[in-house]
Amino acid sequence: MESNKDLCTVERRGRVHLITITGAGEHRLNPDLLAALRSAVAASAGAGALVLAAEGKFFSNGFDQAWARTAPPHLHGTMDGGLRALVADLLALRMPTVAAVTGHAAAAGCALALVHDAVLMRGSRGFLYMSEVDVGIKFVDFVAAVLRDKVPDAAARRDLVLRGDRVAAPEAVRRGLVDAAIDGGPEDVVAAAVAEAERLAARGWDGEAVAEIRKAAWPQLWGQVKDHGAGPAPAGVRPRL
Amino acid sequence: MCTLQQRGRVFVLTLTGDGQHRLGHALISSLRSAVASAAEAAAKAGPGAALVTVGEGRFFSNGLDIGWAGTSRARLSELVAALRLLAADLLALPMPTVAAVTGHASAGGCLLALCHDYRVMRGDRGVLYMSEVDIGLPLPPYFVAVLRAKITAANALRDVALRGKKVRAAEGKEMGIVDAVYPSADETAAEAFKLAEQLAARKWDGGVYASIRMSMYPEACRSVGIVEESDEEKRKHFASKL
Repeated sequence: MESNKDLCTVERRGRVHLITITGAGEHRLNPDLLAALRSAVAASAGAGALVLAAEGKFFSNGFDQAWARTAPPHLHGTMDGGLRALVADLLALRMPTVAAVTGHAAAAGCALALVHDAVLMRGSRGFLYMSEVDVGIKFVDFVAAVLRDKVPDAAARRDLVLRGDRVAAPEAVRRGLVDAAIDGGPEDVVAAAVAEAERLAARGWDGEAVAEIRKAAWPQLWGQVKDHGAGPAPAGVRPRL
Repeated sequence: MCTLQQRGRVFVLTLTGDGQHRLGHALISSLRSAVASAAEAAAKAGPGAALVTVGEGRFFSNGLDIGWAGTSRARLSELVAALRLLAADLLALPMPTVAAVTGHASAGGCLLALCHDYRVMRGDRGVLYMSEVDIGLPLPPYFVAVLRAKITAANALRDVALRGKKVRAAEGKEMGIVDAVYPSADETAAEAFKLAEQLAARKWDGGVYASIRMSMYPEACRSVGIVEESDEEKRKHFASKL
């Protein structure tokens, strides 16, 4: 494992590349954390599946407005640009992806969780919350596309984004927002996510096929982010699961 | 034809009288005027407003005034075009909207209900009914866009549009088209008003609310002629709120 001073750690558990956002804070998605996550995702080459989890009470509480307040306006684009690039990397990833929502996931943090192929959530604590309507922030195009592509039910989507519902895991499962609610503590959620990722890795799917099928399955979202990611692996390097 | 009342933070738009509330030029014009007045009043009053649309009598609305259109395609086209403007007004409205479906909502009337954010409906009688397939009329493109935006459950769109299903409230709730069912017209109207009050009490910024709504239904918005604001404009708005 890498140093705890890092914004996120990476480790391999079997065939699973586990990324954990570190620390007890809100894991606000500022350019530094986004860059660290992109590096961590890039380091997954050779693994069979990816899990993104977080320490503490929060999975992620969204964009970092405190950072934006001190940053010159022309740099604000680097924040949503950073998330756009991370989303592109996750959509183009040549392996299945699983989000372990170990704590609250709000706004851009919620969108980040939903981008993954599967979402497991802690059953007894934490909620999904698209806080933008309450806070007074409009949606950037690709965040809107995440919601449209990943929450196809019109009423569920409306309740999330236009009513600012705080949705706990059992309700999130019922509404089709997440795949499963996991009993126990954060470590149990991570273990369940890793187990699910291991099962997906065991299918032995061709990574390029996974990536191409995923991009085609979410065309609105892929269209919004496709020019911003890390791009395809160099010629001659074809990752194998 | 219609009245607009303000009760606290809620604007109540009533389709008046015992008739079918057929959407002809006069009624559509009145509705557009009323909706614009509500938006203007809300803008002056600050954050926190909501609209409820309710029908008196047995009908919410039985659709476009095809009686007036008769056999004239030109007239029918005019009405289709006029309703499109009202649909755009509702989809862009800077406040939450609730349709109190207190009676039958057919064709254009059903579309009108679907243009609202929420639908509460009486369970004892009345149907949502896209009658066009039964009458032999194709659906205007923006009708289809709104149906596709709001009716997403498996087979629900097929049942409503292609089979002319007459959807009662309880079934509408199962299909995800109706949010709540109440035993009578009066209770439906009262609960719709309560819901609108709860939504208005959230004090959402109307411009932000409308922006988020429109970003959820880009095809429907394009289809009714709304132009979505650019990411640059949104970023400026974000910076101004810091």
